[in-house]
Amino acid sequence: MIAAEDRFKTAAAATPLIGGSTAAQLSLDAHLAEHGSLPTLSARDVVQFAKWAGLTGHGGAGFPLWRKLDAVARSRGRAVVVGNGAEGEPASGKDQWLLTHRPHLVLDGLQLAAQAVGGSDVFLYANELLPLRQLSRVIAERDRAQMDSRSVEVVAAPDAFISGEESSVVSHLSGAVALPRFKQPPVFERGVRGRPTLVSNVETLAHLALIARHGPDWFRRRGTSEQPGTMLFTVTGAVANPGVVEAPHGARLADVIDLAGGATSRLQAVLIGGYHGAWLSPDVAARARVSAADLAPVGASPGAGVVVALGEHACGLMESSRVLGYLAREAAGQCGPCLNGLPRIAELSHALVTRAANPAAVAELHRVAGLIERRGACHHPDGSVRFLRSALRVFCAELELHHRGRCSRTTDDAVLPTPRRSVRDLPRTGS
Amino acid sequence: MSPKSTKTGPSARRTGPTLAIDWTACDGRGLCAELLPELIKRDDWGFPLIADDAVPAHLLAFAERAVDVCPTLALRLGR
Repeated sequence: MIAAEDRFKTAAAATPLIGGSTAAQLSLDAHLAEHGSLPTLSARDVVQFAKWAGLTGHGGAGFPLWRKLDAVARSRGRAVVVGNGAEGEPASGKDQWLLTHRPHLVLDGLQLAAQAVGGSDVFLYANELLPLRQLSRVIAERDRAQMDSRSVEVVAAPDAFISGEESSVVSHLSGAVALPRFKQPPVFERGVRGRPTLVSNVETLAHLALIARHGPDWFRRRGTSEQPGTMLFTVTGAVANPGVVEAPHGARLADVIDLAGGATSRLQAVLIGGYHGAWLSPDVAARARVSAADLAPVGASPGAGVVVALGEHACGLMESSRVLGYLAREAAGQCGPCLNGLPRIAELSHALVTRAANPAAVAELHRVAGLIERRGACHHPDGSVRFLRSALRVFCAELELHHRGRCSRTTDDAVLPTPRRSVRDLPRTGS
Repeated sequence: MSPKSTKTGPSARRTGPTLAIDWTACDGRGLCAELLPELIKRDDWGFPLIADDAVPAHLLAFAERAVDVCPTLALRLGR
């Protein structure tokens, strides 16, 4: 999550989550005036609506919400429901925007999800850097209006890259450190304190709140048939108005960049999907459309909507190497291959940038990457490897430059944020 | 259909049980690789590299033994 909120102005467009005005809807009156009250739906209706709408998750994995709802509802025991606003991704700010500008949509969706799975304990797990007192006041106003059947507890999520990973969330809410765990049995069966648990990204919940109001067909009017609806993007880098924008799934990446004011220089590459995502070369980026199906052939995915435009004054290799160092620091340190492999990858990529890049070093990077793929309790090694491989592919011309002792970089400004605090500095006490 | 069925979906070729590792528990002691060299190798750091495929019937007893002796209970035999 980015710290400076004012970097994230939003582009007003005909977009359901952002609406006609980007102003915060913090009071219940403002929320109801814009969206109307939440209709009464049965638990079954909620699942069916999510299914017919084709709503997929906005936390990064893009998993169909209705299948999670259905699986948790079918598991034995009183369910726990968590709205996930941890947003550990440094280049993402859309969950922050939602929780500070559209909190009632998120809370509406959280109530609907809790109702769908028969959840008794409901949490809003929000990044610790957010104004959590303001969130609690928003919830208190809803309590006074007696509009919710379940009370919601706000829990501070550690501001760390992997604290929003599903099993990290479960660990934290079970009183342990917010680190991933082995997911057998899966979280939907045995999650928080052994109970079936639904963990859903806050944006997914906000979409659910709109689907409940306007119906699945309304939702399907935007987006693609495989991935209907809109999504929020956090667009930064070499663009005129960095910030959070909303566009339908399947929108042209170039149009998403234009929503953020357009590129301010010739682009060397575009990062899509965050630090577990992939770099796209300018020609691929120019043609790309943003949906899971459209991006899969180029080895990318929309993820949680992070888009970073790399301008002509930056060096993609240096940026990537610095991010790989960050990803190594942010590893939980629980799984051997990731614990050993990511620092090795960071070291090798640093050497590529600073010393003569030779083909053997690139081959060694690919070999070590192969050693950590799919060998961890969470997606961290796989996502980091995807980022690495895309960097080696897209910045091969830059590698050549470095080989000849040169570099594209003409400014000292870092494009990709890499906070220094490590996940391993997290306090070892529970919530 | 549950979320779990898609996670194992791509491995439709698998028919028998497969080996899985709880990576948060594995310390890379290497007993499994000694007991089951046919299916388990060790990586640069000593951690097990296991084949994705189903454990062949003739190795099943050895696989079960490797699971039993894992000192950190990290090795599992699953569906």
